[in-house]
Amino acid sequence: MSDPLFEFLCRMGDNTLVLGHRVSEWCGVAPVLEEDIALANTALDLIGQTTLWLNLAGEVEGKGRNADALAFRRDIWDFRNVLLVEQPNGDFGQTMMRQFLFDAWHKAYLTALQSSSNAQIAAIAEKSLKEVTYHLERTTDTVIGLGDGTDESHDRMQNALDRLYPYVGEMFTSDTVDAALSAEGIAPDPASLRPQYDTLLRDVFSQATLTIPASDFAHKGGKSGQRHSEHLGHMLAQMQWLQRAYPDAIW
Amino acid sequence: MVIEKPALETIWQWLDGVPDPEIPVISLTDLGIIRDVEWQNDTLEVTVTPTYSGCPATRIINLDIETALRDRGIKNLTLKTQLSPAWTTDWLSDRGRRRLEEYGIAPPQAAGGPSQCPHCKSQSLERISQFGSTPCKAQWRCQDCLEPFDYFKCI
Repeated sequence: MSDPLFEFLCRMGDNTLVLGHRVSEWCGVAPVLEEDIALANTALDLIGQTTLWLNLAGEVEGKGRNADALAFRRDIWDFRNVLLVEQPNGDFGQTMMRQFLFDAWHKAYLTALQSSSNAQIAAIAEKSLKEVTYHLERTTDTVIGLGDGTDESHDRMQNALDRLYPYVGEMFTSDTVDAALSAEGIAPDPASLRPQYDTLLRDVFSQATLTIPASDFAHKGGKSGQRHSEHLGHMLAQMQWLQRAYPDAIW
Repeated sequence: MVIEKPALETIWQWLDGVPDPEIPVISLTDLGIIRDVEWQNDTLEVTVTPTYSGCPATRIINLDIETALRDRGIKNLTLKTQLSPAWTTDWLSDRGRRRLEEYGIAPPQAAGGPSQCPHCKSQSLERISQFGSTPCKAQWRCQDCLEPFDYFKCI
């Protein structure tokens, strides 16, 4: 295994990169103009955060790679994002459900990272948290609005929750990287954030009249890089092709 | 060779004349993103904090600062990016707030929404979207004059 700090920074940057790219796929085709703009803005925030995380990852690695090199020149087995963020957009409801499930974890995690013993990590967390707090406000409202909406929107949101809930557990699994960072006070133990996450979900889904699936089965393998879902490869093919075909192309 | 070093006050005045590229009625100093200006020996160091981490205007802003200072004869210049403390709309100047409102953009309010319509001053308002044409704005509408308008998000 490579340096735990590098692994951790790739996990942070790959989560925001993959989700940012996924959300940007809505640009120009969202249901209404206001949502189109909101999705594009959310994607922009996430890509901006990616630049901060992956530039720091490159700096820590010390091999001369920057955020662009890490984003566009790594293959699927080097990606460290959780499986949740690489899942396809589906309909608008599924996209908003995925965003809500991620935002709720992201906000809790960044809040804890603000007191990281690593000053650069604490600074990125502080900056990102402002944006993510705003994202969570919007996704909470949207999940409640659509869940407690028409029969059609309710069913779609319940289907989205049933489809995506098995990807929640991975965000809270702790492994040797987490243990190493938590011992140095760099990052929290993800498992310690689960109770507050569950409390928020129970509250929001009860207002949204949605039922949290009973099974706590969790798909894993994204953050460790051992087994990504088939969707990530297709996404990377689209995201990376230009830099692969024309290395160092700029305009 | 003796390098002439303009006073910091003069440099702040120059920066005060650099408009925000997206909202040109306010200057970069009104926006509150220039955190520090100081001489490190013969090099001028300008510390800038980004508004939003992905805001595409950030690069243009850095370029505009550099151009403005080089045009005034500053040769040795470094721009430093500072993330913490994170930028907040509390750092917008009062003049900046006034200019935003005159321009038709409602300035940020701690309550989380605009206090009045920038056009007709009505307080009967509704939110259209939490996001707008740039990362720093949201879309609202006046229920009296029916005009949609931008609101500068409070963060």
